[in-house]
Amino acid sequence: MTHFMPPQFTAALPEIFVLLMIVVIMMADLFFGEKRRLIAYGLTQLTLVVAFALTFQQLSLGTLTTFNGLYIVDPLAIIGKLFILALSVFVFVYSRDYIPTHHMPRGEFHLLGLFSILGMMVLVSSASFLSLYLGLELLSLPLYAMVALKRDAAISSEAAMKYFVMGALASGMLLYGISMLYGAADSLSFVTVAQVIHQTSDAHRLILIFGLIFVIAGTLFKLGAAPFHMWVPDVYEGAPTAITLFITTAPKIAGLIMLLRLLVDAMPGLVLQWQPILIAIAVLSITLGNFIAITQSNIKRMFAYSSIAHMGYLLLGVIAATPLGYSASLFYIFSYAIMAAGAFGLLTLLSHAGCEVENISDLQGLNTRNPWLALMMLIILFSMAGIPPTLGFFAKLGVLEALVKVHFVALAVYAIVLALVGAYYYLRVVKVMYFDEPHDATPIASTMDRNVAISINGLAIVALGIFPNALIMLCRSVF
Amino acid sequence: MTLFDYLIVGAVLFGLSLAGILINRKNVITLLMCLELMLLAVNMNFIAFSHFLGDLTGQVFVFFILTVAAAESAIGLAILVVLFRNRNTINVDDLNELKG
Repeated sequence: MTHFMPPQFTAALPEIFVLLMIVVIMMADLFFGEKRRLIAYGLTQLTLVVAFALTFQQLSLGTLTTFNGLYIVDPLAIIGKLFILALSVFVFVYSRDYIPTHHMPRGEFHLLGLFSILGMMVLVSSASFLSLYLGLELLSLPLYAMVALKRDAAISSEAAMKYFVMGALASGMLLYGISMLYGAADSLSFVTVAQVIHQTSDAHRLILIFGLIFVIAGTLFKLGAAPFHMWVPDVYEGAPTAITLFITTAPKIAGLIMLLRLLVDAMPGLVLQWQPILIAIAVLSITLGNFIAITQSNIKRMFAYSSIAHMGYLLLGVIAATPLGYSASLFYIFSYAIMAAGAFGLLTLLSHAGCEVENISDLQGLNTRNPWLALMMLIILFSMAGIPPTLGFFAKLGVLEALVKVHFVALAVYAIVLALVGAYYYLRVVKVMYFDEPHDATPIASTMDRNVAISINGLAIVALGIFPNALIMLCRSVF
Repeated sequence: MTLFDYLIVGAVLFGLSLAGILINRKNVITLLMCLELMLLAVNMNFIAFSHFLGDLTGQVFVFFILTVAAAESAIGLAILVVLFRNRNTINVDDLNELKG
């Protein structure tokens, strides 16, 4: 046994700060929430900005493991946290007016959101299965409650119940896998597990592989890749749009980093076992996501199936099992999160009091009603389809390049063909926005701060698409 | 009793809970019970490994799982109450408004 070492609290400063602010916001909302309606919102944004700054100055720390090997600060964790915090700022800006106009409690929304963000931060900084599990639960539990936040909506509570049951099932599978890995390795630390796997001969790896399969199944449930995708369309459709916006951005980043921690930090020795599993899952996700998305008339459901397809593309980088592939996957998830934030952010902005954008036909003639928002949506959809010169093109290019380098050419070709199928349903929405006549031609007004946010979001997709080098280099510096 | 025996018990409990979740078409409360059972199956594994390996970490993990399980069922039951108020039913088969 190692003797007790006091943990380095400074390493976890962003998390500690977020936790303290959650307590402050809870109290502030309780005492002043009725009179000063924006207090929870303002304090939440302040928390995110300060936590971003605190995380940013950790870049100089290098790699540091503390809290008895439970917590790690390394470039992957820091960059993951920076993106999670920055995107959450946008998410809260988009949903500021949506929450009260749709009769949802404002304080609870911000608090649950912050708790979930805290869980994501713990998850991306985990160096042991214990902190990984606790981070994951802290991320998921508030999300279940957030989906049910609109208490009088029957479909929201149905979606919340489905999400809860599927999420808890996934946690159970993940835990079962972890218990097997613990039994084989006699430790919960990723480093030790990796060493034990390295020292175990192929014949004695059965229990490890058993654990690996359950862990992968649990993680992919959370990421929403086929065949573990059943909850994704229901939750995307059933949840209020602002909550869908939250679910589809930051938690996806945390989910990918969790997968990378498990497969790259803890189980690199089992690459020959997890590679074929992930290939099957990626092919299934890309096929199923792209084809079923074509048949959808509900736009949130269409984006849900498109997210399943995107998760498939994302896994292609992990399948390559090279540093180039991992960084391509990281680049992919950052691009996807930016695009999804823009797409659902726009749907949230367009859903004014009482009027909810549900079906693709609700976007008819958006160009005549608000040309600027239509242009932003056009950019986002082009990017999701992977049309150059947008961010989505370089995201797809990166993972395919990594795949071809390790000679998975057939898989790369299949992915490109299915990307063409995907382009169809994205471009159909563009056609509806630009060439169909609106039912109701009243112009759509939007407030200044949200216009600025959505413009930054949309233009960032183009700007990063024209100059992708900085972000690519950033992702490569991690591995 | 060997380690293997305990693992079999854990696996049987896990299988029962999984079957309960997948087969059960009646009542959402049964689903919640199955989810709890699943976590207990995992606890069984952890304690068995912890005992036979002579390492306390597994038992510490069990305490965390128990705590999280309590929080999880609290949220699950809260969602169940909201669901019942909206629908007047907690029948699994009636949760069919979302599909496609």
